[in-house]
Parts: sequence; C-alpha cells; structure tokens
Amino acid sequence: MKRCRDIPLRAAIARGAFAAGLVGAALAAGSLAWAQDNGPIKIGVIAEAQAVAGSSIPLAAQLAADEINAKGGVDGRKIEIVSYDNHSSSAESVRAFQRAVSEDHVDAVIASYVSEVVLALEPWSARLKTVLVTPGAASDVITANIAKDYEHNKYTFHGYLTSGALAGLVCDAAKDMLVDGLKMKTAVIMSEDAAWTTPLDARYVECLPKIGLQVLDHIRFSPDTTDFTPIFNKIEGEKPDVIITGVSHVGVQPTVQWKSQQVPIPMFGIASQATNSTFWKDTNGATEGVLYQGVSGPGVAVTPRTLPFVDAFVKKFGNTPSYCGYTAYDEVYFIADAIHRAGSTDADKLVAALEKTDYVGTIGRVQFLPQGDPHVHGLKTGAGLITGLLLQWQHGEQINMWPADLAKGKLTFPSFVKVGAGD
Amino acid sequence: MLFWQILIDGFAISSLYALGATGFTLIFGVTGVLNLSHGAIMVAAAVAAWAAAGSLGVGNYLGAAFGVLIGLLLSLATYFVVVRRLQNSQKIREEEKEIFILTATLLWGIMIQEAIAYLYTNNAKTVTPIVDGVVSIVGVRTPANEIFTALVCCLTIGALWLFVNRTRAGKAVLAASMNPRGVTLLGIELSAVYVAVWAIYGTLAGIAGVLLGMFLGVSSYSAGPLTASAFSIVVLGGLGSVSGSLIAAYLVGYLETLTAYLVSPAYRAIPALLLLVVVMYVRPRGLLGRR
Repeated sequence: MKRCRDIPLRAAIARGAFAAGLVGAALAAGSLAWAQDNGPIKIGVIAEAQAVAGSSIPLAAQLAADEINAKGGVDGRKIEIVSYDNHSSSAESVRAFQRAVSEDHVDAVIASYVSEVVLALEPWSARLKTVLVTPGAASDVITANIAKDYEHNKYTFHGYLTSGALAGLVCDAAKDMLVDGLKMKTAVIMSEDAAWTTPLDARYVECLPKIGLQVLDHIRFSPDTTDFTPIFNKIEGEKPDVIITGVSHVGVQPTVQWKSQQVPIPMFGIASQATNSTFWKDTNGATEGVLYQGVSGPGVAVTPRTLPFVDAFVKKFGNTPSYCGYTAYDEVYFIADAIHRAGSTDADKLVAALEKTDYVGTIGRVQFLPQGDPHVHGLKTGAGLITGLLLQWQHGEQINMWPADLAKGKLTFPSFVKVGAGD
Repeated sequence: MLFWQILIDGFAISSLYALGATGFTLIFGVTGVLNLSHGAIMVAAAVAAWAAAGSLGVGNYLGAAFGVLIGLLLSLATYFVVVRRLQNSQKIREEEKEIFILTATLLWGIMIQEAIAYLYTNNAKTVTPIVDGVVSIVGVRTPANEIFTALVCCLTIGALWLFVNRTRAGKAVLAASMNPRGVTLLGIELSAVYVAVWAIYGTLAGIAGVLLGMFLGVSSYSAGPLTASAFSIVVLGGLGSVSGSLIAAYLVGYLETLTAYLVSPAYRAIPALLLLVVVMYVRPRGLLGRR
C-alpha cells in the first residue's frame, strides 16, 4: 500500500522537477540572450601580466574601458574587462581563451605580445568564432594564416605591426640617422631565436644593404641566454659600426652586459623591453644610449590622443606604458567602435565592422589590410597611417629621435661607445 | 686572443656555477635533502639586493649584504618551516619522508618564486655591481665585475674548505655527512649541525644569488633553470661530493663557453646536457659520487 502510494508521488516529483528544469532553462537562456544583447560588453584580456611589456596590456585595456564607461558606454552598455594572466605560456593562454569564451562569455579577446602565444590562440579564435586582437605579437605568420584560409581564420586581427613591417621601419630610421647622419657603413644583426624574429631578420638582411649598411654577421641566440659575453666579444671582433637588435623576451641582461663589458658599438633596433619606463631601473641605468624602435613614446604627440593616454596611464598606474599598452588601449576603443557600428556583438558582424576600422588611436591611424593582401588584417603602415618612432634612453628618459618632425633631442652615447668605431 | 677570451669568461661563469652548486651538494651530503627551492632562494637574494640598493637607497655594499641575509633567512625558513616539520612528522612513514621533503621544497620554491613575481614582477633585475669598469687581461677587455665575481666565488669556496677541514665545527659537519649516528654518539647535537649547515648553505646561496644578479641578472623565471643547473652539475659531479661538484661546475662552464664562442650561442647548453646523459649511462653515480 505504501509502495503504491509512493510511485505516483515520485512520478509527480519527477514531473515537477522536469517542468521546473524546463522553466529554469528557458529563463536562463532568456537571461543569457538578454545579457548578450543588453548586459555589459565583455572583453577578455589574456596577457603576460608580470612581464615588462605584457604588464601594460590589462592596465591600458581597463583604462580605456573606464573612459568609455564614464561617457555612457557603447549604446548604453558598459564595457567589462575580464583579465587572465597567462604566465607567458601558450598552454595557459589556450585554457584562458576557452574559459573566456565558454564560461565568461566574452565578446572579443585582446591577447598577448608573444607571437608563439597568439599563434596558439589563432586556431581557437577560428574554432570558437571569437574575435581575437593581439596588441603586441609581431610574427608575420599570424596574418599569413588568415590570408591562407580567410573564411576560417578571419576572426583574428593583428593590432600591432608585423615583424616585416617593424624591420622596414627600423631600416627607414637607420637610413636617416645612421647612414646619412652618422655615416655608418656596417652592421651586425643580433636577434633572439623566436617565431617573430625569423621574418624580422629576413627583412633586415634584405633592407639593410639597400640603405647602405653592409651586414657583417647575423647572430641568433636562444631567448633563455643569460651570459652575453661571448656574443658581444664576437661582435666586437667583427668591428661593425652598429648592432641592429631584435630582442623582446630578453632585454635587461644584454643591455646590462653591453654596459658592464663596455662594448664600444651602439645598439639600434627592436628592443621591446626598452619601451617600458621601468627599464631604466631594472637595468640600473645601463640602458643609457640604447636606441630602440617604438610606435609611441612619452612626450611624443604622434596623434592628439597619445599624450592624454600617457598622462592618464601614469596618473593611474605610476609608470609609463609599454608599447603594447598603447595598442591595447586603442584596441578596446576600436572594438567598442566596431560593436557600435555593427549594432551587435555577433562575431561575423563584428569582423565585418572591424575590417572597416578607420580610427585615429595613440600610435597613428588604424586601418586593417583588406582581404586579398598577403597580410590581411595586419595594420597598414606609412605616411598618414603608422610610421613608428626611434627613441633613445637618455638620463633615465625615453627621448624621441626620429622622425625629425617629432624629434625631441639629439643623439648622445655613453663615453665607452665609439660611434664609427668600425672605420 | 680567442683562447684567452674563452679561458677568462669560462672561468668567471664556472666559478659562479661552482659556488651555486657547492651549497646544493653540501645540503644533500650532510642532511640528505635535495633542496629544490635552491634557485628561488638565489633569485630572492638577488632581488632583495636590487630592491634594497634601488628602492631603499642603502648603497651597493649594504644592498649586497641585505641580499645575502635574505638568502640566509630563507634557507633557515626552508629548514624550520618545511624540512624539519616533515622530518619530525609522525604521520608520514619514514620511507616516504624523502619524497615528501623533495616535493615540499619544490612547492616552497614555487611559492617564493611567485611571491617575487607578485611583488616585483618577473622582469629581469640586475644588482648594481660593487666594482665598475673594465680591465685588460692579456689583451682581453674584461669587466672588473667579472673578475670580482670569480674572486669572491673562489674565496668563498676556499673559506668553506678551510672551515670544513680546519675547524672543529667544520669537522663535525663532515662527520655528520659520513656517519650521522657516530656524530650523535660523540655527544654532538645532530640538529645543531643541521641548523649550522642550513645557515652555511643559505649564506652560500645568498652570495651566489647576489653575484649572479650583478654578473648576469635574474628574474623570477630564473628560479627553475638555476635549480636545474645546480642539480645537473651536482648529479654530474656525484651527489653529495663537493669536489665532484667543483669539477663538474668548471666542466659545464667551459663547455658552455666553448660552444657559445666556437659553435653558436643558440646551442650553448646542449653539449653539457649531452655530457650529463653520457655520464649517467657510463657512470650513474657521477664523476666522484659515493652512492
């Protein structure tokens, strides 16, 4: 009897639970859809939060979001930055990307200055159909992959210059400053062995002789190198006029050893860590005289947006942003702008809107290369767009030296550097 | 010229390796602990010296001394907080204690490493050298700091040798590494010997860390590779053998320098690792290992 009464009761409970589940699921789906259309716009930021260059990425993105939100957000929707520290690991970045999309439901992701990390995320951006913009990776392979399979990989955008473009800008500056200005004739290329430097070095080897700098040697070293003594001794023995650099993962150690060993040859080129204001303190001032390429620099009004951004960043965080701080800041703005124009956070509509980006940011005018270009979704460079700068560390400050119309000082070198030593 | 360059640069880096590995092998030889927080302690010492000299403005000498003090304190904390508690634990079976301690020191090292990264980011730091400038040795322009580094390393190792072989306390340490029970029977408190050895180890790791920070620079990322490097040298030389570690340190240092100069800086670490593999096959107890 008891048993007979139990069965319908259990069935009733089960039916009730099922109905409640259905209602709950419907409500959840409804609220999710509502959240996606009316809730905050979520932008995931995956970055090397404890590294010199990467530490500026989440901070600058948050600064941009705060500014946009203070002005009412995007069509009334606030921007929410969801940050993930990837500890410079590709595997952790992939896990963070999956979590950002599946659990945190972000609408777009800004990720990393490390090419290997972005190359690992690119297929996930395609699989999960989520817009991915890198503020600092430089490998040409990222955009080459998009060109190879546009329909699949179109969700990735290269928000920083490709290595080939960077080398081209270094050569432009070297022509004016080193060849025409200091009458230099020879160079040794010194680059870390990483994905982003392969196209960089290839372009260096191609463009340096064209501007009048003979390449005497091309040294690639492991990014985990700590002792640079043999490298500098070898370079010194070859007596070049200048060392053309391609370093990002390392920076402090070669700079400090260049100074302590008193290598009499100036360093000029890409040195990502030198873009950060803490580099002076980290190297105990050994960076005095080091010349590095940048897309922006303190005190340099590349566009009307540059200096207000730097001032706001310094005020809020106490140091100046690294190069990918500028780009991360711009990326939040142009993603927000694209969402406004698209009228949606739908990935395909967002891609179409981002492709039409024409935004004057902190580093220049941002436009993406169109479909059909071998580096589609890479940034356009050149006059009126992004030209880059060439800065020098002088007495604890980053002073712009090139182009001439934005120059803030004159070249000076520490006493141990002999300009023209190779002659 | 190249010969002298290799000889001088190889000597400096090898001496630094030797100092780093000496403490590591001493701790294993006497207390039987493979301290996997070794690299993190070295990095903490270097970063402390950097922070004290830079942020607190105490100057290079006091900054370096502060770094060594941090190495010493962290070493004692490793012993009292991590190692001794596990050694005295009633809940862990005797035969399992070794692996517990190994894992605990690894985790302790990761905690130190993450704390450094959290407080000071993982940017590489360089300690301001105590001596600046360059000197010419047989035509090779050598940073004075490089010579200073090699000199301090050799003097410290020499002082350790004198302590172990010429003093009563040192002989007790040596005896404890050979026969701990015998030492106890002689009326020497074994735990006091262990505290002394961890203190010596901390001082050695602190000096090595500060010198490394001056010579090459360190970041929190360096912790793992530094432990691995000391571990490889000690395994190559023979676990617990100080002389073996010294020989191995110079072997590895010169092999790396030779490779960097004569082959390519990109392949610097490979020959030393190959040598380690060969030694493990041919002579698993290492060059001068006792067990």
